[in-house]
Amino acid sequence: MSQCILELRNIVKEYFGNRVLKGVSLRLNEGEIHALIGENGAGKSTLMNILFGMPVIHNTGGYEGEIFFQGNHVEIKTPHDAMESGIGMVHQEFMLLPGFTITENIKLNRETTRANVASQVFGPSMRSLDMPAMEADARAALDRLGLSLDETLKVAGLPVGYMQFVEIARELDKKTTKILVLDEPTAVLTESEADTLLTTMERLAKSGIAILFITHRLGEVMRVADNITVLRDGEWVASMPKSEASIEKLAELMVGRSLENVAHHRDLSGQGVDTFVEIRDLRVEMPGEEVRGIDLDIRKGEILGIGGLAGQGKIGIANGVMGHYASSGTVRKEGKEIPLNNTPVALAAGMAFVSEDRRGVGLLLDQSIELNIAVPAMQSQRQFLTGGSLGLTDNKSMRAHALDMIQKLDIRCTGPEQLTRRLSGGNQQKVCIAKALTLHPNLLFVSEPTRGIDIGAKKIVLDLLVKLNREWGVTVVVTSSELAELRSICDRIAIIYEGKVEGILAPDASDRDFGVLLAGGLKAAEKEAS
Amino acid sequence: MAECEKITVQERLKDAAKSLGIPRLIIFGFLALLFVAALFLKLDIASLFSNVLTRLGMNGILVLAMVPTMQVGMGPNFGLPLGITCGLVAATLAIELNLVGWTAFVFALGVAIPLGGLAGYAYGLLLNKLKGEEMTVGTYFGFSIVSLMSIFWAMAPYKSPEMIWPYGGSGLRVTISLAGRYDKILDKFMSFSIGGIVIPTGLLLFFALCCFLMWVFMRTRTGIAMTVVGNNARFAESIGLNVNKNRLLGSTISGALGAVGIIIYSQSYGFLQLYQAPLFMAFFAVGSILIGGASINHALIRHVVIGTFLFQALLVTSLPVANLLVSENLSEVIRIIISNGIILYALSRKEQGGEAK
Repeated sequence: MSQCILELRNIVKEYFGNRVLKGVSLRLNEGEIHALIGENGAGKSTLMNILFGMPVIHNTGGYEGEIFFQGNHVEIKTPHDAMESGIGMVHQEFMLLPGFTITENIKLNRETTRANVASQVFGPSMRSLDMPAMEADARAALDRLGLSLDETLKVAGLPVGYMQFVEIARELDKKTTKILVLDEPTAVLTESEADTLLTTMERLAKSGIAILFITHRLGEVMRVADNITVLRDGEWVASMPKSEASIEKLAELMVGRSLENVAHHRDLSGQGVDTFVEIRDLRVEMPGEEVRGIDLDIRKGEILGIGGLAGQGKIGIANGVMGHYASSGTVRKEGKEIPLNNTPVALAAGMAFVSEDRRGVGLLLDQSIELNIAVPAMQSQRQFLTGGSLGLTDNKSMRAHALDMIQKLDIRCTGPEQLTRRLSGGNQQKVCIAKALTLHPNLLFVSEPTRGIDIGAKKIVLDLLVKLNREWGVTVVVTSSELAELRSICDRIAIIYEGKVEGILAPDASDRDFGVLLAGGLKAAEKEAS
Repeated sequence: MAECEKITVQERLKDAAKSLGIPRLIIFGFLALLFVAALFLKLDIASLFSNVLTRLGMNGILVLAMVPTMQVGMGPNFGLPLGITCGLVAATLAIELNLVGWTAFVFALGVAIPLGGLAGYAYGLLLNKLKGEEMTVGTYFGFSIVSLMSIFWAMAPYKSPEMIWPYGGSGLRVTISLAGRYDKILDKFMSFSIGGIVIPTGLLLFFALCCFLMWVFMRTRTGIAMTVVGNNARFAESIGLNVNKNRLLGSTISGALGAVGIIIYSQSYGFLQLYQAPLFMAFFAVGSILIGGASINHALIRHVVIGTFLFQALLVTSLPVANLLVSENLSEVIRIIISNGIILYALSRKEQGGEAK
């Protein structure tokens, strides 16, 4: 058994009273590849931020628990401390200067220097760079990765895969580096690039470097990891060697949570329900949530859930249909084609959208509740106007409608004149929903309805969506990162992976089935593993 | 019972003060101080008051021109000289055609509005390509247009002897008198005086009419759409509004108001000022509306009225007081220091976000 190099004991972290890590422990051995897996929000990134001493941790009150490095208790307060003790981090976003060469990037702030006349007079900051020595070092680091890349090239214009390698080379060049932390390194890579990276990781591990590999791609985990730790909702769930793990088991551990209530669930498929909206080959250019060819049918009267991990494209679907981001493909509603990239037409077709970006898109924060609720209908349907063609705003009907909505949706406020900026997240969300309802839609898209809302308000908002569906006959499409929430209110749940529908499940399908779809499907996973 | 009423009066005053904002209370206080000083220095208070009223109506519409661009999210219209030069072209055209009195005035307005609107539209097309940089671009665009128009004034093929240089040749004079044309035509309309204070009734009525029309417009569906665009462009897009179109509308109205504004200004002043004169006019207007309590993307009619009043009153009263207290020879220097000081103060006071309720 090789030596334990890093041990985390019972790490607890709170952000403003919200516990995001609840006593996580982890052991990392020399020359081991340790995979850390979990859904979004499971606490992986927070744990890494603690390990790397990121300021965000210490600005918010630090952490509890202990970190042992080679058997010694350490306090990592800054990224510099982490580097000193030999922890190298490769970030999800590349931290490289595009205008500099590969060598310069690798040696940045650790340059090899030579004395010259100026440095004799003005001190060491004037020493000149020893380019040949630096290039030789960079070459050596790249060679260690098995990369035949010219070290004098500029980083700008390199394929993203290579940028990843340059980052790793930089960490390797620090002679003290004993632990390498890779945060979802394959997320931006093509399949063959990812393959090369995994091979490189195995080689590095053999040379004695410990690798902490954060990912949610289970296929990759099964291929390279020696040991696996699963986090869920900030809690340690399981640790096991690869020999005991399987993709199904990991998926189940990753997702598995007790379901609150699935009572709402109805099976509409047998009732000959019409296809309400037909989406074919929808592609949406939404940065970070790209949709790459979705085929999806929405049935009349259902609550359809759209789930998936962050960045897989689930958010892009509603934004594309409503014309918020450039999109292509066909959308037919009740047999009639709805042109894309045209918000007014989408609204006129009876569709409304509650955006995931409540404060950025959903609200006029410096306007009253009543204006927020009335303005979409005023602009697209000429509601709340008097004075004939002049179209003056009708304050009386606006007020009456706002009061009605405040009462029906139970918006807690000081009155319809209150600015929406001053409302709590849950009440802001209710204003957004009221705003959409005022358009009298028969299809309502709701994205991330409970993001940033406290638990009590969450339930109210979800119940409201069910009420709209059951009592007002609105077909609802809910997009959410929280699978549990989708499973509690939806009739069907489509899981999106890499911009496509990976599969559609009933809400009471097993955790395993959901986990496998979230991680990119059983078939794909098996292919990667083999 | 009486006590009860007292409290409500007090509360009402408190509310009024709150909605006015602390900076404006301070300026009002300072203004009161200046008037007291003017009294002690035995300045002609009645003429000071008349002056303030005239300058309120004179500058008000140029300040009002800030409202549409601010509401639609383009910030204060630093490109105001564009609209102003359009107004000047219209005004000189009226003289060239040898029109007098109301005919000249109405003709000038009739030409100024479409011309200013057209120029504002073109300016809006430019700003739509430079979102977020409107204030800087606008400032330098304003400077450029003034220089460009200086060439125009020097080369314009006008023939009227009232406008070209007295020794002949081509090109217009720097200052053109409006005497005999429409000098003070609004100021004198229904004008009367109380206790020595001259009330320029027509001028104030015209300003009030413009304010009222703008107030009504901002309450129409289109006006609300503009406000929505200015508050949150992404929200506007999400409810199917065309952001660029609304911004164009804002700069068009602002351009037209700038053109009307300078005609009102010049009839009161009695002269048309060409060449470099419009260079800094935008700053006075921007300073006024900000001092009135507007924030960069939120301007109301009351900000226009209060701001113009405060700005002009400060200028009118502080100058003679300062002249007497410091030195008479420094009057021009003091004028520049005071007016730019007010603008600087206003710009530093710009409030982000809307008013709290």
